[in-house]
Amino acid sequence: MKSLLPILTVLAAIVALWYAGTVWLNAQWTHDQAARAGVEVTFAEVVADAMAQERPVLPAPHQVARGLWDGVTGHKVTSKRSLVYHAQVTLSATLVGFVIGTLAGILLAVGIVHNRAMDLSVMPWAIASQTIPILAIAPMVIVVLASVGVTGLLPKAVISAYLSFFPVVVGMVKGLRAPDHMQLDLLRTYNAGRWDTFWKLRLPASMPYLFASLKVSVAASLVGAIVGELPAGASAGLGARLLSGSYYGQTIQIWAALFAAAILAAGLVMIIGVIERGTLRRMGMVR
Amino acid sequence: MSWLWGAILFWLAAWAFNVWLANRAVARRQAVRLFIPALFGVTLLVLWEGTVRGLGVPGVILPAPSAIWATILASLPILAGDFVQTILKGALSGYLIGCGAAVATAIAIDRSPFLKAGLLPVGNFVAALPIVGIAPILVMWFGFDWQSKAAVVVVMVFFPVLVNTVAGLGAAERMQRDLMATWGAGYWQTLFKLRLPAAMPFIFNGLKIATTLALIGAIVAEFFGSPIRGMGFRISTAVGQLALDMVWAEIAVAALAGSAFYGLVALIEKSVTFWHPSQRARS
Repeated sequence: MKSLLPILTVLAAIVALWYAGTVWLNAQWTHDQAARAGVEVTFAEVVADAMAQERPVLPAPHQVARGLWDGVTGHKVTSKRSLVYHAQVTLSATLVGFVIGTLAGILLAVGIVHNRAMDLSVMPWAIASQTIPILAIAPMVIVVLASVGVTGLLPKAVISAYLSFFPVVVGMVKGLRAPDHMQLDLLRTYNAGRWDTFWKLRLPASMPYLFASLKVSVAASLVGAIVGELPAGASAGLGARLLSGSYYGQTIQIWAALFAAAILAAGLVMIIGVIERGTLRRMGMVR
Repeated sequence: MSWLWGAILFWLAAWAFNVWLANRAVARRQAVRLFIPALFGVTLLVLWEGTVRGLGVPGVILPAPSAIWATILASLPILAGDFVQTILKGALSGYLIGCGAAVATAIAIDRSPFLKAGLLPVGNFVAALPIVGIAPILVMWFGFDWQSKAAVVVVMVFFPVLVNTVAGLGAAERMQRDLMATWGAGYWQTLFKLRLPAAMPFIFNGLKIATTLALIGAIVAEFFGSPIRGMGFRISTAVGQLALDMVWAEIAVAALAGSAFYGLVALIEKSVTFWHPSQRARS
């Protein structure tokens, strides 16, 4: 709790800066309007107007909060204007992709740890692939899968899976190799086979690494789902909200969708954090 | 069909060879360690080519590697123009500004434990958010040209580098700082002679993460509007025309540029942090 005060101070500073930016960026429009009408405006009027424009350059924090609140509670959950509806579309793609990517990543990591040839040939590519802007292929995946008749949730999930796949591979390989020689030797003195070593030593030892990379990969798979919604005129999802907002200059809609995405990401990371703490505590790994 | 079977046969043979090679003593040699993944990469390409030709996959779904290579050779000027627009102008300038600002900010807040305690959790939090989403806003503010892409990149790379730099500035040990104090070194002298060098492994960790983010930011920002050149623009329009060989050509360039960018930063890291155990162990 001791760190709460500094965090709140920083957040307050950010909000204050934001309000200042709102006035600074939106004042131009107000001045233009006033000049067209041939009236002088005082500074107080400029500030008041900057806070309440319909399509501001930078919406004020309370406008974004209002947009977010309206989007969440103002419409029926099934309505296309409800942010809950769009968030749920994005979330389902994220989760499907996350599960696929994580399972595939764990399987590949197990293969890499147990097979030398796989380690030497696949691992360098797994690392190199992290340096490649994979997100750039998102539009192509969507269009290609649509042209073979796969539409809807699955194409986005494929991108999510691909993005969440590599952090898991790299983290799990590290984790499965985490037991040191002493522990491996001990299991050998027990006459434990490869399989027993895997289930009783390697897998439990890899859990902290797994959760660390799960946090990275769930955030990555949300980004993948959002970017997957950008091309090809997707009509639902937070990415589609961003795109339509940017087409029609609805800045408040963009910011509201952005904050919805941020809250979603924070929530997902937090859920994994809770599961992590529970699991590690039951395994006796929390210090 | 012979293409497909040939490719599968080649795959099996190369895999068997890799397995044989990996379990020999020569696998410890540097050259062999490079050869095995290279052979694996080649088999993937051969399998791809064989599958596309053997099953007659149409080019609008998956072009063969040979077709992509032909497109790359045929459209070198376009690719070079896109490379300059997206990588050099958008990503690189944004990367330099963002990383510079992040390191400067880290040094600025370093003297105040209060700010550090407040900014670090916020920075960690923001680093996990889908920051790509601010691309439409920044495109609206800074126009369609490379400036808006650079702005997106600045925001994307800022927080990972900031968090890593702040962690790095705390890396110098108490004993070492006390030694500096006994020599009568001031704050800035300690910073430049001890703490910044000690922070370099951490800073470079952040810089390496930021290379990928920079390319992603520059390319994705172009999906929201761009002049008629740039890799993101080319990808989204080529997808619209179902010219997938062009898309793959751009992806090949992006992958190459990403790896080269990362490699460059890793090379600089090697020469700057030559003293660190992780670098000494390899040579």
